[in-house]
Amino acid sequence: MNTMAKVEHTEHHGPAAGLTRWLYTTNHKDIGTLYLWFSFAMFLTGGCMALMIRAELFQPGLQLIQPEFFNQMTTMHGLIMVFGAVMPAFVGLANWMLPMMVGAPDMALPRMNNWSFWILPFAFAMMLSTLFMEGGAPNFGWTFYAPLSTTYAPPSVTYFIFAVHMMGISSIMGAINIIATILNMRAPGMTMMKLPLFVWTWLITAFLLIAVMPVLAGVVTMMLMDIHFGTSFFNAAGGGDPVLFQHIFWFFGHPEVYIMILPAFGIVSEIIPTFARKRLFGYSSMVYATSSIAFLSFIVWVHHMFTVGLPLMGELFFMYATMLIAVPTGVKVFNWVATMFRGSMTFETPMLFAIAFVVLFTIGGFSGLMLAIAPADFQYHDTYFVVAHFHYVLVPGAVFAIMAGVYYWLPKWTGHYYPETMGKVHFWCSFIGVNLTFFPMHFIGLAGMPRRIPDYALQFADFNMVASIGAFIFGFSQLIFLVLIIKTIRGGSPATSEVWDEPHGLEWTIPSPAPYHTFSTPPEVK
Amino acid sequence: MKPVKSAQQKNRSMVRTLILSCVLMFGFGFALVPLYDVFCRITGLNGKVLNTGPNAPTGSDKNRTIRVQMIAVNNESMPWEFRALSPMVTVYPGESKQAAYLAHNPTSEKMVAQAIPSVSPSEAAQYLHKVNCFCFDRQPLDSLETREMPLLFVIDPELPTYISTITLSYTLFDITSTKAAESDLLSKSAQPNSTGRNTL
Repeated sequence: MNTMAKVEHTEHHGPAAGLTRWLYTTNHKDIGTLYLWFSFAMFLTGGCMALMIRAELFQPGLQLIQPEFFNQMTTMHGLIMVFGAVMPAFVGLANWMLPMMVGAPDMALPRMNNWSFWILPFAFAMMLSTLFMEGGAPNFGWTFYAPLSTTYAPPSVTYFIFAVHMMGISSIMGAINIIATILNMRAPGMTMMKLPLFVWTWLITAFLLIAVMPVLAGVVTMMLMDIHFGTSFFNAAGGGDPVLFQHIFWFFGHPEVYIMILPAFGIVSEIIPTFARKRLFGYSSMVYATSSIAFLSFIVWVHHMFTVGLPLMGELFFMYATMLIAVPTGVKVFNWVATMFRGSMTFETPMLFAIAFVVLFTIGGFSGLMLAIAPADFQYHDTYFVVAHFHYVLVPGAVFAIMAGVYYWLPKWTGHYYPETMGKVHFWCSFIGVNLTFFPMHFIGLAGMPRRIPDYALQFADFNMVASIGAFIFGFSQLIFLVLIIKTIRGGSPATSEVWDEPHGLEWTIPSPAPYHTFSTPPEVK
Repeated sequence: MKPVKSAQQKNRSMVRTLILSCVLMFGFGFALVPLYDVFCRITGLNGKVLNTGPNAPTGSDKNRTIRVQMIAVNNESMPWEFRALSPMVTVYPGESKQAAYLAHNPTSEKMVAQAIPSVSPSEAAQYLHKVNCFCFDRQPLDSLETREMPLLFVIDPELPTYISTITLSYTLFDITSTKAAESDLLSKSAQPNSTGRNTL
């Protein structure tokens, strides 16, 4: 095995055997693995729900499921993908990589780390159990606007509220752990401006989580009180205001969308330099751009509610503030392009996913700019154009970045190279599937097809059929990913400790697979 | 090992700070509720009308007229018949105007209702002063009873000139089952009971 001289290799301290290894583990690599498998399971669960939605929308009319169940599917799909798939996947990557990237032996608070993971399966078991309850699962959309989620909600809404509380606690504990690790556990010489960008983006994301997850907990608590304790936070008859719900929700909700994309920026900023064989262009501008995006995310939330009846000044302020976000985001996109410019590029699977991320995320960013134009938003609001926009930033955005990261670090985790051809097949199937699914949604959205409706007018039939075919291609190609990961864990050509061609970062100085304990003595960073 | 210990202390104080910020942000979520109300009241956004009686302006502006449209909405399962007596009135700014809504309880039960007003465009909300309004009180109606519910308002002459039409919408909520309505249900007379808000 290719062991570097400066790495202390402690074999006597390996993992415990059996199931208790995973239950009681405080090892950041084990917990990272748990998070990643959990999020993959949720990705497939939420994906099945998406396929049920797309199967129903394959043709106009009601064929497979009833509208009530359709609404439950859209709601659960959104909640599971946001809180169960994307967020835990990033936390899993953070658990695996952050200590190795900053030269720490483990996360700062390993016991809390164990706890923050093990809350999640219970939260989602509770959430999914609502599907089998009388009255059905939550059916009010993942944004759970009051009074749909209070006065008109199915009885299972209380389980939903407690599930959200538990997920919130888990995310907050994860965020505390990440901040403490990055600020306190860095190896000597690892100054803030030497941190890899994945670490930087996660640090900023963790602060966003600390700031907004409690607000989400607050808003669901208010719902709970309205439903069970006779308060009227969102009930107009008692002097409350349903629009207030939207304000509080989106005060959480907008930073939340950056929580789901900033770590993706970080992953892509690690991968592109490696395969372009150049240093990242504009490192410090990347850091400042990420911080500006995080700051701006707190003052744009009202652009989700342009149509509630705002005064003109409000519409203008939030319109311009939203457009302002395009500036730091543009800085990042240009930096990635400049990194690739005149690089000696090769196109291994992680790079393919990273480039697809840059291109397709930018498309999603541009449709976001279109939605930011307040007068035009009155036409786009609650149509498939919005669905196309946020799926472009979340699927080929966040999800592709997660996949890129998994391909990039998989040899480091398992000690084997993944089968490259199979990876490329997975990429191209996903790429074609994603675009086939979501690109036509722009057109049917502009033509006026409303979202969250199980049936539609005949003129939308062709594009919907295309979208459904694309969804099934994308969905089933994820099974290639699953098989590839299992194959790579089981065996494959052994990976070197560098894995790629002269990558930068401390994680490439330790052997592959990464030993159970790394950096028990901190490395020197020059 | 000495450095490990100090790292632990650093971690502990950081966890304390971060948990404290979480608690503060949780509180901030709740603080948004009164903040939102105050913000709406100061700016007159969201069509919330709170000005009543005493601070109504005097002296009318005969140079322009304002159309006031009156809309009646029943909330969810509210079975009452509820409509404005005249759907639109024309007033001079500064002139007191009397209007009325008609409510009829078609059920066989005594019921209590509460009307919630809203003004559109929302900029106009702060210029619409209600001297007296049935929306200040809970409205009990016996079975099959019909009542005319009065409304006396003044439009502030300060109303921006680009606003020529104001829509005043009342949503009628059934509050029979709430605690506040108990006293109304017990009293034999159908006189509206004051909720303690300003009436003339």
